[in-house]
Amino acid sequence: MKLENIVDELSLDVKTCMEGLGNEVTGVYVSDLLSDVMANSKDGNIWITLQIHLNIVAVAGLKNLAGIIIVGSRQLQEETLKKAEAEKVTIMTTPLQAFEAAGRLYQLFK
Amino acid sequence: MALDINETIEGSFQLVGGNFANAGEASSQLKHALAELGVDEGIIRRAAIATFEAEMNVIIYAAAGWLRYYISSDRVRIRIEDMGPGIEDIELAMQEGYSTAPDWVREMGWGAGMGLPNMKKNSDEFKIDSVVGEGTTVEMTINFP
Repeated sequence: MKLENIVDELSLDVKTCMEGLGNEVTGVYVSDLLSDVMANSKDGNIWITLQIHLNIVAVAGLKNLAGIIIVGSRQLQEETLKKAEAEKVTIMTTPLQAFEAAGRLYQLFK
Repeated sequence: MALDINETIEGSFQLVGGNFANAGEASSQLKHALAELGVDEGIIRRAAIATFEAEMNVIIYAAAGWLRYYISSDRVRIRIEDMGPGIEDIELAMQEGYSTAPDWVREMGWGAGMGLPNMKKNSDEFKIDSVVGEGTTVEMTINFP
């Protein structure tokens, strides 16, 4: 499944790096602990989190994640957006909370 | 798979305590250096995770520090020295879930007590020395299969 399919399916708002929408998505990881994401997410995963500070970009880049979904309509910090554009990390936002976003994605991947 | 290189390739980074904006730069550069040399992806992943956690520890806890890496034909060695508070009880610090991070760091999703264990888990050799009031030195080696 491609990232653009997921964006359509969940009506996500793409905030950075539109060119990442062609990324192949291998699965989903949900966590707000960055060390946990580093340890346990897999290449090509989408990461669901409420963290909005700029370290999420470095984590996603290092782990070759397909993109980050920020839940609960949280507003990203300007520096996070800039870094994500520079590092080519696709960040999307949704008004959904983590439980519902994950549940919808689970239906797509099961 | 040994690499076809004769000289050790080195990198060196200065880390400043509290500077979260630069977190991940050392690990990102090491990752690219290893990729260019054709190192196995699993090895690159381990090196990147271990290095990023090490960067974060200096940024969260220390005043400043240095991270250096040395890539040779059969392994990568990563050495981090900091001028930090030092660790009182290393055995306790190595336990998963134990952390002395302040609340504001935990709110960022760091300080869950996973950093040092992640570093050890991703290394083939892991050495840590610390003197309270002076600083901490960590050396990690990842061998190329």
